[in-house]
Amino acid sequence: MNVSMTVRLALKNIKGNRLRSGLTMLGLVIGISSVILLVGLANGATSSIMDDFSSMGADVITVSIYDSEKGMSYTELDELRKLDLIENASPYSMLEATVSKGGNKVKGSSLVGCGAAYAGMIGAEVEKGRNLSPVDIENSIKAVVIGNDIAKKLWKNKNPCGDTLKIDGDDYTVVGVLKSTGSSMGNNTDKTVLMPISTAQYLGADVSITEIYLKAVSEEDVDTATAEAKAYFKDKKKIESDYMDVYSQKQMLKSMEEANRTLSLLLGGIASISLLVGGIGVMNVMLVSVTERTREIGIRKSLGAKKKDILIQFLMESTVLSVLGGLMGIALGIGIGKIISLFGTAFSPSIGMMMISFAVSVSVGLVFGILPASRAAKMKPVDALRYE
Amino acid sequence: MIHLDSLYKTFTLGDETITAVNNANLYIKSGDMMAIIGPSGSGKSTLMNIIGLLDRADEGVYTFDGMDVTMLSDDEQAVIRNQKIGFVFQSFYLLQKLTALENVMVPLLYRNIGEKEAKRRALDMLERLKLGERIDHLPKQLSGGQQQRVAIARALVGEPELILADEPTGALDQTTGREIMALLKELNENGQTIVIITHDAHVAEQAERVVRIEDGVLKEEGQS
Ligand SMILES: Nc1ncnc2c1ncn2[C@@H]1O[C@H](COP(=O)(O)OP(=O)(O)OP(=O)(O)O)[C@@H](O)[C@H]1O
Ligand SMILES: [Mg+2]
Repeated sequence: MNVSMTVRLALKNIKGNRLRSGLTMLGLVIGISSVILLVGLANGATSSIMDDFSSMGADVITVSIYDSEKGMSYTELDELRKLDLIENASPYSMLEATVSKGGNKVKGSSLVGCGAAYAGMIGAEVEKGRNLSPVDIENSIKAVVIGNDIAKKLWKNKNPCGDTLKIDGDDYTVVGVLKSTGSSMGNNTDKTVLMPISTAQYLGADVSITEIYLKAVSEEDVDTATAEAKAYFKDKKKIESDYMDVYSQKQMLKSMEEANRTLSLLLGGIASISLLVGGIGVMNVMLVSVTERTREIGIRKSLGAKKKDILIQFLMESTVLSVLGGLMGIALGIGIGKIISLFGTAFSPSIGMMMISFAVSVSVGLVFGILPASRAAKMKPVDALRYE
Repeated sequence: MIHLDSLYKTFTLGDETITAVNNANLYIKSGDMMAIIGPSGSGKSTLMNIIGLLDRADEGVYTFDGMDVTMLSDDEQAVIRNQKIGFVFQSFYLLQKLTALENVMVPLLYRNIGEKEAKRRALDMLERLKLGERIDHLPKQLSGGQQQRVAIARALVGEPELILADEPTGALDQTTGREIMALLKELNENGQTIVIITHDAHVAEQAERVVRIEDGVLKEEGQS
């Protein structure tokens, strides 16, 4: 018998026992779909975080000081700029405030107090007008640079530069508009308002700076620059290493990749357990099926079926069963993922994962089908025929 | 064609040993129509299973077309069953999920004959056995007599040298049983070698050779 005929025969037997086949496949459908779904969601989450980070230069170092009494003043940042491998520094402070214009509030906007170098470090470019300048910061000027979405929403096609924006009831002059980054979430600059850190202090930002962005002189030197910055905070500012984090973007990406790898391993573990359970289900059903069909095996043997004919027949059946389950699982996983992504959670199913799932379901069918199939193949014709 | 030389077959059930075939010696010539008769439990089916290579004797030599088949592997025996032997059983033993046509195709498919050719030959054979109208019926949609004719078609389709029939009329009413016997007789008149196992004297009457088996011991009637 050729392959297409054995597949048809297998499908016929699977269809002839719909309920049982369905329940058997269910184990695999659930296993495979949850793997596809979880891995897709994990990938979605990582890639959106990665997007945000990768827009930041690889030469950027972030500093967080957890002891607010050891925070820095704006002028102290000059000491950091003087370090050999540090080219520039900018403070960073997230603010809570309502942004509006003529009574129109902007929802979901984020307000950042920073220095002139900040925009460049996060990879933002100025589209219209100008960036914040050191003069704005030194003189606590009420100037803001706004993200592209905010400009579009409040000014439509008009040029916002020179116009005023209300932040917590106070008037600020728009001096520049950032280019759209189009990134989907997280550190998206499209909805960000940048203002001088010194001005931000009017809105309640801490006077002592605890978050700092540093730019190394080059990408190659970023590791040594990180060490240099760390040493500065430890020796000059007397901050214990437990009370600060000094990370280069490179290190961040690396530790995130590690976290991602751990997550994948974990998911792989869950997946293998669920597939083991599904596989045992397949084996169980095939064993029952072989026993039930002992007579059929006997008849086929009397008609000249060799061991391998019977073996292939049952192996094909278990494989078709688990492949059908696998395909349904892949479809279901992607379907649920797409529905979830409609509600805003990133879901990116990977082709690789689907191919692995498919391969795994084929092997589940083969591995867990081999015992029942070889049991069927080994039966003596007369015993199989006489079986009641 | 077939020669059994001092065949023995015993079964052990607990501490009881049953000799189902006891020193069987038998020649079957090409074109023979032979009946094997005997009371229930005398060893008829056991003998037929050995001749049909469905079971192995414990001792003795079995030659088929000059070849000692007792030495062959399971798969080699399967090839002989497929090419040289056709079975007809008391309860038909059709594959229940396959149609009449598909049932008749099975032996050819195990011979790796293409599906088209197998279908053509199976259709021919069903036509010859007047089952042309029933090719797409499942076994359970056929009468007992029709099922047995499908089984005979399946036994014949591979053009075997030997047809082994174990009580082929046992599950049929008298009229249908006679029809089936007439069919087997007709086949034999066209040269087909047939061995029929039966405990029905009427059936045995139609055979030219009758072998009686009692407690596993064979004895051909009309010979001393
Ligand atoms: N697999 C087996 N295990 C144990 N004993 C067996 C087995 N097969 C047959 N026997 C025994 O061997 C003897 C011969 O059995 P067999 O089936 O050949 O009889 P038979 O002549 O075909 O009877 P019937 O006319 O009832 O079909 C019986 O006593 C039976 O119980
Ligand atoms: Mg019997």
